[in-house]
Amino acid sequence: MFNAFLQIVRKELLGAFRQQSDILNPIWFFVIVVTLFPLGIGTDPALLARIAPGIIWVAALLAALLSFERLFKDDFIDGSLEQMMLAPQPLTWLVSAKVFAHWLLTGLPILLVSPLLAVFLSLQESTFWALFLTLLIGTPILSLLGSIGVALTIGLRKGGVLLSLIMLPLSIPILIFSTMAIDAATFGQSYIGLLALLGAMLVGAITLAPFAIAASLRVSVS
Amino acid sequence: MWKWLHPYAKAEKSYALSGKLMPWFLAVALPTFVVGIIWGLAFAPADYQQGDSFRIIYIHVPAAMMAMGAYSTMAIAAFIGLVWQIRLAEMTVAATAPIGAVYTFIALFTGAAWGKPMWGAWWVWDARLTSELILLFVYLGIIALYNAFSDKVLAGRAASILTLVGVINLPIIHFSVVWWNTLHQGATITKFDQPSMATDMLVPLLIMIVSFAAFLGFMVLYRFRNEILQRESHRPWVIALVQQSSSSVNKRG
Amino acid sequence: MLQCKNLTCVREERVLFNNLNFTLAPGEILQVEGPNGVGKTSLFRLLVGLSTPYEGEVHWQHQSIALDRDAYYQNMLYLGHKSGVKPELTALENLHYFHQLFNPKVEFDAWEILTLVGLAGYENVPTAQLSAGQQRRVALARMWFSDCPLWILDEPFTAIDKNGVQVIEKLLIKHAEKGGMVILTTHQDLLLPPQLYKKLTLQKPAAGEQYV
Repeated sequence: MFNAFLQIVRKELLGAFRQQSDILNPIWFFVIVVTLFPLGIGTDPALLARIAPGIIWVAALLAALLSFERLFKDDFIDGSLEQMMLAPQPLTWLVSAKVFAHWLLTGLPILLVSPLLAVFLSLQESTFWALFLTLLIGTPILSLLGSIGVALTIGLRKGGVLLSLIMLPLSIPILIFSTMAIDAATFGQSYIGLLALLGAMLVGAITLAPFAIAASLRVSVS
Repeated sequence: MWKWLHPYAKAEKSYALSGKLMPWFLAVALPTFVVGIIWGLAFAPADYQQGDSFRIIYIHVPAAMMAMGAYSTMAIAAFIGLVWQIRLAEMTVAATAPIGAVYTFIALFTGAAWGKPMWGAWWVWDARLTSELILLFVYLGIIALYNAFSDKVLAGRAASILTLVGVINLPIIHFSVVWWNTLHQGATITKFDQPSMATDMLVPLLIMIVSFAAFLGFMVLYRFRNEILQRESHRPWVIALVQQSSSSVNKRG
Repeated sequence: MLQCKNLTCVREERVLFNNLNFTLAPGEILQVEGPNGVGKTSLFRLLVGLSTPYEGEVHWQHQSIALDRDAYYQNMLYLGHKSGVKPELTALENLHYFHQLFNPKVEFDAWEILTLVGLAGYENVPTAQLSAGQQRRVALARMWFSDCPLWILDEPFTAIDKNGVQVIEKLLIKHAEKGGMVILTTHQDLLLPPQLYKKLTLQKPAAGEQYV
């Protein structure tokens, strides 16, 4: 069973590295969106630092949305998705592998470029670490939630906008808790409690989302 | 032969049953609405702080409650539909969603209208209003998903899954919004629910809640019946029904 | 043994076929025929469990496939219209993935199998650069190392040349002789001797039963 997990992750990564624009474009998008804000509202470091958490998290949400299409869409078109659904392993397990690979390809790069954005937005070091930790815990939840949305809309011709309509409201708690944690760090308060909440949500999402994704795929691919 | 008879009888039966129940719901909803609204608007005492503008709670609170009530109905129906593979339950989800969305909209609108004299602005990021706004988004997402599928059996199942995902998420959303609100908002008068309400204010409110709930039931049954007729429009019993009703119209005309 | 019991398939309120019953025993090859739009592909998707029947059940070894998917999928190979081959990956990588995910216990030599299906020399080319027929051959190569008794093949010969068709037909006969089962659709006539395979003709529902 672990072998099947690894095989799927390996295949996803191999495919992505052959088509590098798939990984790089959402990251570019993320960096560009964040860059737009100082250009739009001015470069006062205090103001930027104040709104940085919100900007970064909203940009991360939008970047995640962009990358969800390729998570199952290509597989749906070329038939490897239906083959995966016919594999002699539990589908919940296999979709977990897909989501994990998706996080490696989109969530992880966002984490890696976050120091650059911290510099752009004049974040202090303590605030940056809070940002980093919330991204570390929050982006996998986004991947899981988004996968439910993708799995529901994959068979539809115009699923893209619908995916955002479904997914964005559901991701509001992550946005709220993450920005609250970063705010708390800015004011020098403890944010362990908020991280624990995010962690609880991650655990909940890891256990429940694969079932929702598998059930949705069984509806969409039929 | 049998395999046709079995589901056909089921849909037809629930059509007939819901048709019998509908008038009862209406019989509860209409009188309570008249009594509740007159009592609430004309006879209940004015609030010592908010004056007469508090009276909007007689619409706002029942609407907000039934917005949640409609969602609970959907969640239960979705669960039944997915676990026991009952298409009629999935139809109930689809039939209820727009009603829930309308109730949510009424709650939002009356909340905003109440906010204008209270806060001096149509929209304040109050925790309750924000939660209701997000609930409206969730409703719209479910309706949009349902309409996007051309195969309505699949559409019902997809909407049911999303409803269940939402039912896990909504309490978290509500909780996070309340917390976010206490952090950002500070002390404003955000409470519709006073710590203790005078009895002569409370009774009309309870009557209105009963009325809104009964009306919700009526509307759900009404749309459920329409949904059945649409889905089964090629079945003999529906065709017979249509012919019957058109001939009775002709006689009357 | 694969059994269809009273299958009814409904697509967007239209009945494609109803009351379909058949049994596929070990050693049998079954060709499903019928004009376009009669629901051959829909039937196959019901058989493999990708969609759920409106009425009726599919049984594998006297057990409904909806109840124990994993057991069924260990014994079933499905090749659909869509090949399931990843265009970014090479033929070799695709085979490796299929082998690991579906039949990890079978020993096989990917190079040898690619030679058998006529892809020698193309092992390390991304499949996107291969022709349609060659891409199809990558997918069909799975039959050479599959230990599943039941093969469900939807239009396996699309884009395959005559020579290739013969090779595959031989493989099907060999599979049936070993006690395997094959159910397939083709637009061409099978070149097999008629005593070796059965035919099933899908029919449209009677006039009064076209809608649910």
